[in-house]
Amino acid sequence: MESLAERKAEILDEFMMFDDWMQKYEHIIELGKELPLIEEQFKTEDHLIKGCQSRVWLHASEGDQGKVHFTADSDAIITKGLIALMIRYLGDLPAKDVASAEMDFIQEIGLQDHLSPTRSNGLVSMVKQMKLYGMALAAKQL
Amino acid sequence: MRENTMEISAFDVRAVRAQFPILQRKVNGQNLVYLDNAATVQKPQMVIDALTHYYSHYNANIHRGVHSLAQEATQAYEEARIKIQEHICAAHSHEIIFTMGTTDAINLVMQTWGRSQLSFGDTVLISALEHHSNLVPWHLLKEEKGINIEIIPIHPDGSLDMEAYADLLKKNVKLVCVNHVSNALGSINPIKEMVHMAHEVGAICMIDGAQALPHSKVDVQDLDADFYAFSGHKVYGPTGIGVLYGKEKLLNEMPPWRGGGEMIAAVEYQSSTYNTLPHKFEAGTPNIAGGIALGSAIDFVRSIGVEHIEEHEAQLLESLTQKTAHIDGLKIYGTAEKKAGVFSFLVDGTHPYDVGTLLDQMGVAVRTGHHCAEPLMNHFGIPGTIRASFGCYNTNEEVDVFVHSLERALKMLR
Repeated sequence: MESLAERKAEILDEFMMFDDWMQKYEHIIELGKELPLIEEQFKTEDHLIKGCQSRVWLHASEGDQGKVHFTADSDAIITKGLIALMIRYLGDLPAKDVASAEMDFIQEIGLQDHLSPTRSNGLVSMVKQMKLYGMALAAKQL
Repeated sequence: MRENTMEISAFDVRAVRAQFPILQRKVNGQNLVYLDNAATVQKPQMVIDALTHYYSHYNANIHRGVHSLAQEATQAYEEARIKIQEHICAAHSHEIIFTMGTTDAINLVMQTWGRSQLSFGDTVLISALEHHSNLVPWHLLKEEKGINIEIIPIHPDGSLDMEAYADLLKKNVKLVCVNHVSNALGSINPIKEMVHMAHEVGAICMIDGAQALPHSKVDVQDLDADFYAFSGHKVYGPTGIGVLYGKEKLLNEMPPWRGGGEMIAAVEYQSSTYNTLPHKFEAGTPNIAGGIALGSAIDFVRSIGVEHIEEHEAQLLESLTQKTAHIDGLKIYGTAEKKAGVFSFLVDGTHPYDVGTLLDQMGVAVRTGHHCAEPLMNHFGIPGTIRASFGCYNTNEEVDVFVHSLERALKMLR
């Protein structure tokens, strides 16, 4: 299994290829389109993270070998693309790794604006929720 | 008439733009195209200078000082009040109350007139177009006193349903709250007629003029408005300063809200008597620099001529509406016959957040979301819109950049 450092390096490499903002955003949009659909049963008010700009649904569960499995969705495609990146980075990892993961790769690929609390697109709360779930599951596994 | 035509042709948008230093900057490597004017407008040099000049040359606390600086500052602050009085055609300068902005002005009316005059079962009529700032204060009063809130519905084009309004006025209405221009849709409401109808049933009217004052001539006496609120920062002034206009008689009847210095006539340990208007409602050291700079902003607007601004922006809106007509799936929200400066829309198959994000990459600043009018967005069954809104310095070239950038964004998203 890849470590977080390897996952980060892979994402940075991928984004290094882009010469301009258009290519970068086209890629994010593509990632958004490829994000596996969240099961309809989880696209409910309980799983909704309400942002003023876009909405995010997040579902977390305990997967194989106590790893954390995430599925998510958003009504905005750019938000969805960023969700796909977060899940690629944090998904199916041991709970303690999710809880302690640094999210600095977002800054390094120049998308930190989307993770600013003032942006109010639900992403900040989503990352917080992902890590909280990791923390809770890690505590349960002790 | 002839003279008027010459004046209009003398409106030179390049010369206007040259007065706004921020318009020189680049965003994401592109020339800034600022189309978020309904949120706040940029500031001309003379307003920025008024702020720095005050702090550099005559900063002092106002009204009580005998020294020269205090007198200069007091004079400048009170002159600003008179400029505002003249600009909105109020009968007296003491009917101009300085506030922190429109929200603060509406809260003042709620806290003083509302809490003293409204009781259980009284109806407050609020238009379906209202910004949260003209809705939530009345929710607070509803929780406290059990007042009844009724909503004036709108037609699909975003204009108010005046027949429904006439019917609603029969319901023991004490207060009507309506914006002069909708911030979310741009529709201009028939305020004069609405005030007249409200007065006929003995109700008074609170007008939120935040979106009207920057774009059109406002005459509070002609409108016969009881209260009229606006924000400095939307009319080329600084943030943190705004105005509540109120009719002298109403303001005199209202109890003070905030207590402190400046608002008193005499204070003993157990009680106080209050100052006269406008000071009764201006407790504590006010936003002196903001008030003075708002006076400069009014000077700026008058130097261009508000009728020229209105005409220029109407032309830009017309041009933008025409130039986007060919875009497949573009739906405009707010198609009332009378509109001011706001182009609110959605495009099928795209989300406002995505469109706004991509436009920003191209240097174009628009607003996306519910525009602090969530109930209105719910009414249309949409999460929000993309809103481009104009100021006096926008150009036809910027309209072209916006349309081109929008087309590029849509190509990426669809």
